[in-house]
Amino acid sequence: MPSRATALRLLVESALTGRVTSPFDDRVRQALETAPSAVVPVDLLTGGLPRGGLTEIYGPPCSGRTSLLISALAARTAAGEASALVDASDSFDPASAETAGVQLQRLLWVRCRNIDQAFRSVDLLIQGGGFGMIALDLAGIPPQVVRYVPLQVWFRLRRTVENTPTIFLVIGQESNAKTCASLVLRLEARAARWRQTSLNAKEVAQHAPGCLLKGGRIHAEMIRSRAKREAGAWMRRDEIFMRAGGDSTDFEMEIAGNEWCSLRSQRDLEGGVGKR
Amino acid sequence: MVQAAARAEPALRECAFALIEGVPPLCSVTAINEKAALAGVACGMTKAEAEQFVGLEIRVRSRAQEQSAHAALLDIGWSVSPRLEDTSEDTIVLDLSGLTYLFDSEEVIGVCLAQRASECGLHVNVAIAENAEAALVAARGFTGITAIPGGEESKYLKDLPVSVLLLSEEIAETLNRWGVHTCGVLADLPVPPLSERLGQEGVRLHALAGGKSERPLHIAEPALFFEESMELDDAVEELDSLSFLLGRLLDQLCARLAARALAAAAIRVRFDLESAFEGCTEIRADEPRRKLPPGAYERDLRLPVPTRDSKMLLKLLRLRLQSNSPAAPVQKIALMAEAARPRAMQGGLFVPGFPDPEKLELTIARIAHVVGEGKIGSPFVADTHRPDDFQMRQFGAVEEAGRNSENILLNNRQVNTKVPASFRVFRPAIPAKLEMRAGRPKRVFFQGARGIVRAASGPWRTSGGWWLEDCWQHDEWDLEIDFDLLSYIGDMAGNFLVANGLYRFYCDALRQGWFVRGIFD
Repeated sequence: MPSRATALRLLVESALTGRVTSPFDDRVRQALETAPSAVVPVDLLTGGLPRGGLTEIYGPPCSGRTSLLISALAARTAAGEASALVDASDSFDPASAETAGVQLQRLLWVRCRNIDQAFRSVDLLIQGGGFGMIALDLAGIPPQVVRYVPLQVWFRLRRTVENTPTIFLVIGQESNAKTCASLVLRLEARAARWRQTSLNAKEVAQHAPGCLLKGGRIHAEMIRSRAKREAGAWMRRDEIFMRAGGDSTDFEMEIAGNEWCSLRSQRDLEGGVGKR
Repeated sequence: MVQAAARAEPALRECAFALIEGVPPLCSVTAINEKAALAGVACGMTKAEAEQFVGLEIRVRSRAQEQSAHAALLDIGWSVSPRLEDTSEDTIVLDLSGLTYLFDSEEVIGVCLAQRASECGLHVNVAIAENAEAALVAARGFTGITAIPGGEESKYLKDLPVSVLLLSEEIAETLNRWGVHTCGVLADLPVPPLSERLGQEGVRLHALAGGKSERPLHIAEPALFFEESMELDDAVEELDSLSFLLGRLLDQLCARLAARALAAAAIRVRFDLESAFEGCTEIRADEPRRKLPPGAYERDLRLPVPTRDSKMLLKLLRLRLQSNSPAAPVQKIALMAEAARPRAMQGGLFVPGFPDPEKLELTIARIAHVVGEGKIGSPFVADTHRPDDFQMRQFGAVEEAGRNSENILLNNRQVNTKVPASFRVFRPAIPAKLEMRAGRPKRVFFQGARGIVRAASGPWRTSGGWWLEDCWQHDEWDLEIDFDLLSYIGDMAGNFLVANGLYRFYCDALRQGWFVRGIFD
């Protein structure tokens, strides 16, 4: 005689016949394919941006989020893929993007006025399919506004982008997608670099080469990576430092420190690494 | 006339209907279909008389519909042969010489023509003969497809009434008086006495009745102009009703394009609005130099790839009309298509996938409905030093289809780790105040926050467009700022946050003020 749980299971399965296939079976997840972001330290750290997954890059203003986004767009468009940028605050600068190597004729730019328009546009783009990368720029939206986005919206977007070759990249000031994200990077600005050592105005003439903006030092930390976790039991939690160049057109990144840990033994690792 | 009306409104084929013409109250019946004729309706009746017949549908004659039907007839002819004579409103003659190499037989050509005509909403009689006049007479006399073998024209035409020869009223009466009612009897009459009594017209009719008249064709030039229009008895205001009519016109337009093996690269929709709104003149944003006449509404729909999918075109038109609805009820609809060769290209095996152009266009139209026209597309950086000057262009899916894997491999190699720091632009620029000391910025005030300038680079002076109204003259500074208030400032609806970082300020010499252009991020 079947147990009560088995009977209940049979009842639910028969009620959902034709609507849900195997409601109690675990969905088999395929290994994520990745694509390079064209920033070598980031690719070394993360293994690339996952296709069919949600990548979240967050940090305060001036922390290099847009630079990372633009370099990823440059890589995708240079590879001949169509990319889309949903700009929630209409702050994309085509001139600097073109300088960074983005092939603008392969970029679809959606200029939104608010977050509602941005999410509706992203939804339509993901459902339309065919894009190598769809980026959602929430960096100019106040965090308290983005926090109001229900978690099921992120889940729905993740489910829609799954099993497609599309990279769904979100940049913002805070991490909002939570467990929906396959890869989460946190960026932090450290210091700007100038060509001069002294900032005393009396000593430096205007237009002198010494007062040129050279770049900025940025600290990046991988918070979560589904690809690395599924690859094996061991993963490397890295912190990297980037230097974003102003006049020198360099975007240097260097790995500053490595910390090896076991996911299975340290699930409560700082920053949520290992949490689903 | 009857075919044109039935083509615009296919439901009319199932019932008796009459077309009326004239200025009310003097409207009279000008054309009727067979069912109406069987019911007893006759041409020349007044509208009041026609209304006495139960079940008779009455429509106003539309010249626009007739022109569209005639254009469709021409397109059907050109789909088979480029040598075509535009004989009259309802008749065309094709030169089929040499076409049997492409088609199995002349009967197949006839079937093909009838089928294409049916797709375009026309029911036609097709007759194939060795000379044009015999074919014309047979087409008027026989229904369906008729193929007359060479030399047997008189045998085929002999039983047809003489009315198919389009006689004048006087000659028709004479022949009736003589008891000549069929072409065979007329063809058997001796020519000299006929010439004495009816003149040269009699000789011509004799040759026609015997199928022996020969004449060269007056070849018409193939036109690449596709227009379908519809005049409405009652003005339509609701979009759903309008979509229904647009769908019908698009079906007809696409059928014509398909008959010519072409597709639509662009669609222009034009509405004549109700006369009560004639006072308003519309100036289109995309073509500011062109003023539309009063009471007219016009929109263009340019497609990334030529298509003749009428359903997709209808969806796009609906989205466009939802964004920009006409200001008044619509009295007349006209759709014009810009023809182009359909896309016939297969993507490379090693080329990354690209969004399906038709689907992409629909997606873009839906997003444009959300964010507004002109807010979606590919950015194009203008060739100028003016800051933040760019144009929005249509997302270039067409050019992308032509890319090859060699270029992409080449581009892949160009990707490297050298990426410049990116810039985020504040649109519009945020007003600010700067406190200068020794010619350099020392403190900044904007968005309610006060910051200390840690480092500065500038001034970088740009100016231009002095010959234009919107000239510019800026002194730019790149500033590293530490704000006193470290927490973010910004309201729920605001789009800007203040935080420590690298900003670009500029002094607008013309507006006499400082502004924040953006932030390095």
